[in-house]
Amino acid sequence: MDSIGNVIMYFVFALAIIVFSVLSVTTKKILRSATYLLFVLLATAGIYFQMDYEFLGATQIAVYAGGIVVLFVFAIMLTHKPGEDSDALTSHRRAMGLTACGLGVLVCGVALFSFMKIKEAVELATTDNYTIDKLGTDLLSNKGYLLPFEALSVLLLACIIGAIVIARKR
Amino acid sequence: MYLIPSLIMFGCGVYGFITRKNMIAMLISLELMLNAVDINFAVFNRYLFPAGHEGMFFSLFAIAIAAAETAVAIAIIINVYRVAKKVDINQITKMKF
Repeated sequence: MDSIGNVIMYFVFALAIIVFSVLSVTTKKILRSATYLLFVLLATAGIYFQMDYEFLGATQIAVYAGGIVVLFVFAIMLTHKPGEDSDALTSHRRAMGLTACGLGVLVCGVALFSFMKIKEAVELATTDNYTIDKLGTDLLSNKGYLLPFEALSVLLLACIIGAIVIARKR
Repeated sequence: MYLIPSLIMFGCGVYGFITRKNMIAMLISLELMLNAVDINFAVFNRYLFPAGHEGMFFSLFAIAIAAAETAVAIAIIINVYRVAKKVDINQITKMKF
């Protein structure tokens, strides 16, 4: 967070995240909601890039923006007629949602700001140049990530088979 | 500093998950919440423990698991739609068709 360009980019990403996530849950058209979700995910990838987590940002773009949003759009195309609006919310439901969301944000926000006053001038430590081959070595060596990695591969296989079994035509 | 957009994103996810009736819209809200949590992992890793990379690995695994979960959920939603012809949670009241 040193140069002025970094600060400007931070505000761009933060503003994009806030605006598009609010729009994504309040818009009436479901396809627009998925599109706003795409923008939120791309801004998140930008934040990862800003924090020097290049691999994480690339994964975010490839998996979320490239995979999940396309999956959402496919599902919306399959299950909705084009140009169909969702029903208007009942006020009871909206009040319930606003209460839950407001309470949660309030509690977390108070905690966040009281914490921020203490650690106002925390400096971002210099990056230790964590390259992708170092990341891959860490992922597959005895650093404790090998078991989750293998469990994840089994989970993905089970998920592929499960999705095909659930969604195939009988 | 990065926690503020992540907090608002999580709040939006909670709001959407409670108010939306469409199952796909609820899933989109769920993705928002998961994404906010991923940002928090990376931010805490970067600012509090910059020497280690545990938070980044957690985010990586969380992204992969979120992808798997979304694929299965969308398969279930499409199957429900094929049987019941609707995706609103108010109209799907029978567990067995």
